[in-house]
Amino acid sequence: MNKTVNQKAWFLVLPVLLLVAFSAVIPLMTVVNYSVQDTFGNNQFFWAGLEWFEQMLASERMWDALWRQLTFSAIILAIEVPLGIFVALNMPKRGFWASFCLVLMSLPLLIPWNVVGTIWQIFGRVDIGLLGYTLDKLGISYNYTQDLLAAWVTVIVMDVWHWTSLVALLAYAGLQSIPDAYYQAAKIDQASRWAVFRYIELPKMAGVLMIAILLRFMDSFMIYTEPFVVTGGGPGNATTFLSIDLVKMALGQFDLGPAAAFSIMYFLVILLISWVFYTVMTNLDKRDGV
Amino acid sequence: MAWMAWTTPTAIFFLVIAALLITFTILAIKFPETPRVGILRIETTRGDRLFITLLGSAFINLIWLGLEVGPQPYALLACLVYAAAVFRWV
Repeated sequence: MNKTVNQKAWFLVLPVLLLVAFSAVIPLMTVVNYSVQDTFGNNQFFWAGLEWFEQMLASERMWDALWRQLTFSAIILAIEVPLGIFVALNMPKRGFWASFCLVLMSLPLLIPWNVVGTIWQIFGRVDIGLLGYTLDKLGISYNYTQDLLAAWVTVIVMDVWHWTSLVALLAYAGLQSIPDAYYQAAKIDQASRWAVFRYIELPKMAGVLMIAILLRFMDSFMIYTEPFVVTGGGPGNATTFLSIDLVKMALGQFDLGPAAAFSIMYFLVILLISWVFYTVMTNLDKRDGV
Repeated sequence: MAWMAWTTPTAIFFLVIAALLITFTILAIKFPETPRVGILRIETTRGDRLFITLLGSAFINLIWLGLEVGPQPYALLACLVYAAAVFRWV
């Protein structure tokens, strides 16, 4: 029987297309328009050409925020991914405790960002917070509002607390999908625990781990609410990440032009890195023949 | 549309992008894409190569502007060379 080619199903995508156009494409186009103009409000715009791009590319403030952002993303990925895998490997495989652990692990993921920020903001306070108070009593100087290191540690530990579960759950799902036959074969070969991890579990988890890394990278690269609530970007600019800086520029100073140029470059960096991740992911799948 | 603060250059910019997308869609319908592996050792279709070209061109323009290589329109020439290279070898 010959199949007839019918592309009419594409019309079913139209509603989504419209939705994306209104929520993403049109705002993005507007940002591009803003980036080449100057405004003093009142919806009046003046042509500025590439001035804002030049200014932003030469701006130390943007590069500093970018390096802080990359450092932050690198640190949290370096902690959350191995930790998530470790947790997943040690979670019970079946029975009551498996479900119990799953629920327990999902709890942090259910808490809204600003609440997580508030929890840690209070938790870390020296006067009323359990963590801050304890550290203070132990004689460790800890003040996230004044000390750069304390602020970074707080923001990183907070992110690890909030999001390691996601990596763990994804890795757990990857582990669960490995058929028992692999482990039996490994046992027959007297493979060590490390060899089982290195040659069976890790390759089988590669796909979900890439998704986990991609999700965590994107989320951490766009992080705003949590550090904003905890440190407000301080002390000084120590935890002013890209989006915090962007909001300060766009809404605080109402510098729409520079902020638009900034966000386009921000967008391009995210697009590039996501594309690299996506390409690596799809090529891994093809190599495995999935 | 006034709230979108349109200017002629940005309108031309988006029209060019839209024209490229439409052209490549028509091309994909008339001459179905066959993926191939190029120097990046990844499988790419014609559409993928267009994406790599556009994204790369954005970065070429930014680098050109940031390093003050020369007048900005020349960056477009560099982009054309880059585009030709991507479509030939990637």
